[in-house]
Amino acid sequence: MRRQILLSTTAAAIAGLMLADALPAQAGPRAFVSNERDHTMSVVDMDTLKVIETIKTGRRPRGIIASPDGKLIYLCASDDNRVEVYDAATLKLVKTLRSGPDPELFVLHPSGNPLYIANEDDNMVTVVNVDNNELVVEIPVGVEPEGMGISPDGKYMVNTSETTNMAHVVDTATNEIIENILVDSRPRIAEFSKDGKQLWISAEVGGTVAVVDPATWKIIKKISFKIPGVTDDAIQPVGVRVTKDGSKAFVALGPANRVAVIDAKTLEVEKYLLVGQRVWQLGFTPDEKFLVTTNGNSNDVSIIDVASEKVTKSVTVGRSPWGVVVVP
Amino acid sequence: MSSPSPRFHLPLGGYLVVLAGICWREALRFLNQRGRFLSALVRPLVWLFIFAAGFRSVLGVSIIPPYETYVLYEVYVTPGLVAMIQLFNGLQSSLSMVYDREVGAMRILLVSPYPRWFLLVSKLLAGICVSLLQVYAFLAVAWFWEVELPPIGYIAVLPALLLTGLMLGAMGLLMSSVFRQMENFASVMNFVIFPMFFASSALYPLWRVQESSLVLWWICTLNPFTYAVELIRFALYGQFEPLSALVVAGCAVVFLGASILAYDPSAGVMARRGGPENAR
Repeated sequence: MRRQILLSTTAAAIAGLMLADALPAQAGPRAFVSNERDHTMSVVDMDTLKVIETIKTGRRPRGIIASPDGKLIYLCASDDNRVEVYDAATLKLVKTLRSGPDPELFVLHPSGNPLYIANEDDNMVTVVNVDNNELVVEIPVGVEPEGMGISPDGKYMVNTSETTNMAHVVDTATNEIIENILVDSRPRIAEFSKDGKQLWISAEVGGTVAVVDPATWKIIKKISFKIPGVTDDAIQPVGVRVTKDGSKAFVALGPANRVAVIDAKTLEVEKYLLVGQRVWQLGFTPDEKFLVTTNGNSNDVSIIDVASEKVTKSVTVGRSPWGVVVVP
Repeated sequence: MSSPSPRFHLPLGGYLVVLAGICWREALRFLNQRGRFLSALVRPLVWLFIFAAGFRSVLGVSIIPPYETYVLYEVYVTPGLVAMIQLFNGLQSSLSMVYDREVGAMRILLVSPYPRWFLLVSKLLAGICVSLLQVYAFLAVAWFWEVELPPIGYIAVLPALLLTGLMLGAMGLLMSSVFRQMENFASVMNFVIFPMFFASSALYPLWRVQESSLVLWWICTLNPFTYAVELIRFALYGQFEPLSALVVAGCAVVFLGASILAYDPSAGVMARRGGPENAR
């Protein structure tokens, strides 16, 4: 009898172990990083801070976002002219979506549908229904569209066009441009604060970040940066992220290898954090305890502890990491 | 051993009295020389504030253990400056030995019935205690300069500092047996402190030195000061570096053994060089 119990317990334990082995690790939040030159996506376990999986993707993966529930990962495969959708749990390709030519960055409507895609080579924003892959509309915008932001209520979509130096505000009900905001040279990113009261637009060559009031679409302040020992032309703001409580904003400064921490109330720069080389995109963990930065020239991501405003670790991923999204 | 074998029994408590006495004298000397404390603090701070500021954007390129991410040059150079404080302190203690010999205070010390090795080790420990004060004062100022180390590092570095302090102090002790006059200390600066400090991993990571010159890399690799710096660097991040610990401990034993031998009136260089015994 005892032997039987022992045998069955052992068998159950072995079966359990095998099952655990077969399923991908699901412990904590994971960061998905698109590696532009490797045509892959690295999955970083945010608890152990190790790459747990590298997935082959379409060519030149750049923009990467998650569905509102965090179950699907959307990825721009720029050179394959399509959007790829991955299951965040199984890490398998679920489907591909039309995107228009050369998709670079995109944004999902807060409801999870549709998807607004910037077509860098085509001067268009393509709107796609993610459920049936149908083209909703193509919105003509400025030259070299890139940055894509959407207001938390989903009423306004903002696209930045790098060569026109403008942010185009689109009413999502009519898909018409209702406002053009002139900003500094080469705007890369448009990001709304979570309360929808601020719109942050980074200008890469201009070296500034414009904070816009969405009530009037007027610029409240242009933030510029000064880092001792770093020349002004190396300061190229790209990625912007604002905390949910609207207290802090983080701006990636490209070849300055720094992320600026900004008081989002006073709009003053508080400090600069040293990260890897040519930092472009940023992504919070869902609890906003950490911020992940993609460092394109040093092939790694740096992890910033948001509360203490310190860089805790840098993790090597694939070649030229471009975009990042963290899911629960 | 160097000490004349005592015919009477020396009480154990007496050892403590000797140690306390030597430490107290060193502490008094240290307190009376405020300029020494100030210069011990200002020297590394000048490096940190001025030299490191110029290199701020240069480093922050590679990640080498014990660092887990990119660090500013100030952060990289801090362990080297801590070791520099100990290097200067070790040699300054040796300078005081030369001074003691000149004014005759050493004779008083060496006529003690306690074993000479114990007197020398006590002298070393007193010097290390002084260097610890200087190091922690420096780290406190560096903290305000955004060189914030993990809290555990401030404790973990203590045993490392004792070991490196022992090695550098013993080295100073050995040298003090060689130099007859204080004036010679200037040449010590040129021929010992600077080469030791510059040809080490204190200012640049060794991989960078290797990139520019293989010969220099070999010199740096053979320099015991490099291992003192690395032992302190790892300890400041709560980590233990076995190779550095081994090299530092080994060098400390060799230097200490040699200096005890050198201070032996019958066998050492002291006898030949006109030490206090000759003055009797």
